[in-house]
Amino acid sequence: MPGAAAAPPPRQTPAGATVVVAFEEVSLAFDEKVVLDGVSFTLEEGHTKVFLGASGAGKSTILKIILGLLKPDGGEVRVLGAPVHHLAEGELMRVRGDLGMVFQEGALFDSLTVGENVGYKLIEEARLPIEEARPRIEEVLGFVGLGAFIDRMPSELSGGQRRRVAIARAMAAKPRVLLYDEPTTGLDPMTATTVDDEIIKLRDLENVTSILVTHQLRDAFYVATQEAVRRNGSVVFEPASTAKADEAEFIMLKDGRVHFEGNAHALRESTDTYVRTFLS
Amino acid sequence: MITRRAKEILQEVQEYVRLCVAAVRGIGSGPWYFRDIVQQFDAIGLGSMTVVVLTGFFTGAVLALQTGMTLDQFGARPFVGRLVSASMVKELGPVLTGLMLAGRVGSGIAAEIGSMVVTDQVNALRALGTDPIRKLVVPRVLAGTLMAPVLTVIADTVGIIGGWLIATVQLRVASSLYWTSITEGLYVQDAWMGLIKPFVLGFVIVTTGCHVGLRTTGGTQGVGRATTNAVVIASVMVIAVDFFITRLLFTLIY
Repeated sequence: MPGAAAAPPPRQTPAGATVVVAFEEVSLAFDEKVVLDGVSFTLEEGHTKVFLGASGAGKSTILKIILGLLKPDGGEVRVLGAPVHHLAEGELMRVRGDLGMVFQEGALFDSLTVGENVGYKLIEEARLPIEEARPRIEEVLGFVGLGAFIDRMPSELSGGQRRRVAIARAMAAKPRVLLYDEPTTGLDPMTATTVDDEIIKLRDLENVTSILVTHQLRDAFYVATQEAVRRNGSVVFEPASTAKADEAEFIMLKDGRVHFEGNAHALRESTDTYVRTFLS
Repeated sequence: MITRRAKEILQEVQEYVRLCVAAVRGIGSGPWYFRDIVQQFDAIGLGSMTVVVLTGFFTGAVLALQTGMTLDQFGARPFVGRLVSASMVKELGPVLTGLMLAGRVGSGIAAEIGSMVVTDQVNALRALGTDPIRKLVVPRVLAGTLMAPVLTVIADTVGIIGGWLIATVQLRVASSLYWTSITEGLYVQDAWMGLIKPFVLGFVIVTTGCHVGLRTTGGTQGVGRATTNAVVIASVMVIAVDFFITRLLFTLIY
């Protein structure tokens, strides 16, 4: 991306991994209501960050700030090296080229078919002719198991199918980072698992860095502790190795502040009263 | 309380002006979304044809009916064509077409964009690298601004035909007399006024719809509110802006 190239190079951690997203003392308030109050964290390439917290704790706001849809009142936000907290809309468009977002309820375009939704970025922004975009559209729809739905309208889909199409749309242009806003809320456990599996597949097979915002603990733990591997041509899910599981970090927000930060094991073992209440 | 309300209104006006500037800038510089532009010309232009034709026809007809009686008192019945055409071209054509567009197009735009906002589709557009102004606003502004004069000319024409029907059938004015009085009574300035007005009104109606739609909050209830607001604001704007353009054009071209 030309914009990303012009931006300062992504920071390196001591271990040499690339930091994809970095928040430093980020704060935001709507009128008198404080949504984020000095939130800091970093996310390395290929890793997963899971944001937990009660409704209104500022989880979705973090995703909107990463995308530059909202501007923080204070602090610094670097996404793939670019300082998105003070970039203009035009410059943000270039950063967004490397990001994909799965909105709550999918936010599919009602007037377009499933195929057009998935290929939106390729057809409308990359200006590819439809016949050139079609193989990629079919590929990503196949990836989420909805290849047969390419010519349907979004209104004909079930809730789970809509989320999976939204994931397909977000991944179609091969982003480096995918942001999921409550991808399984309102779905039954079976359907939620199919959505979780897509998230795991994208992370482990396509090396996409993931940020997951949810209050569904079951899904959060599932994504953090499962691993997708390709075996004999098919994808299988198995419990993640300790090293792999450590790449998924949980952040629990409370009143706009980071209340807990650590891996799935640390979260389960936490003795903090708020964390315990949330987990029970 | 009053200062807060005043501040809110000022903020609203500021946002509206900003949207208009961004829209005009978007028309001048790409990327353009041609498919959306064609779609909007079809939806706003062709889609509004029936309502505009019906409004124009009955307005012209009732105008002939009403003025015929008054003109009779002065023995000026043959001038009915002149009166119908002057009123239609200069005032009623642009304003009534504007009001019809405010009802049909302004509300439609506010509802469509409003529901896209509350279901995060507008944010999804931005996340996918699309500027909603260029994708949603520019096509509508182009279609609204360019189709309003076309629709107005159609309304004027149909109105004059409606007037002719009443004049010849009911008022027994000779057909040739009706048409002569029109050609004698209409000036080039009237035509200019009749074309400049809908151009501005079309812009105002569409930008109002887009502005109200983009600022929708509060779920489906908010969409309903936005739709009502768009119609009310756009209708009042049509009447008010019409007055100011008339005043301005009288100074400039007459």
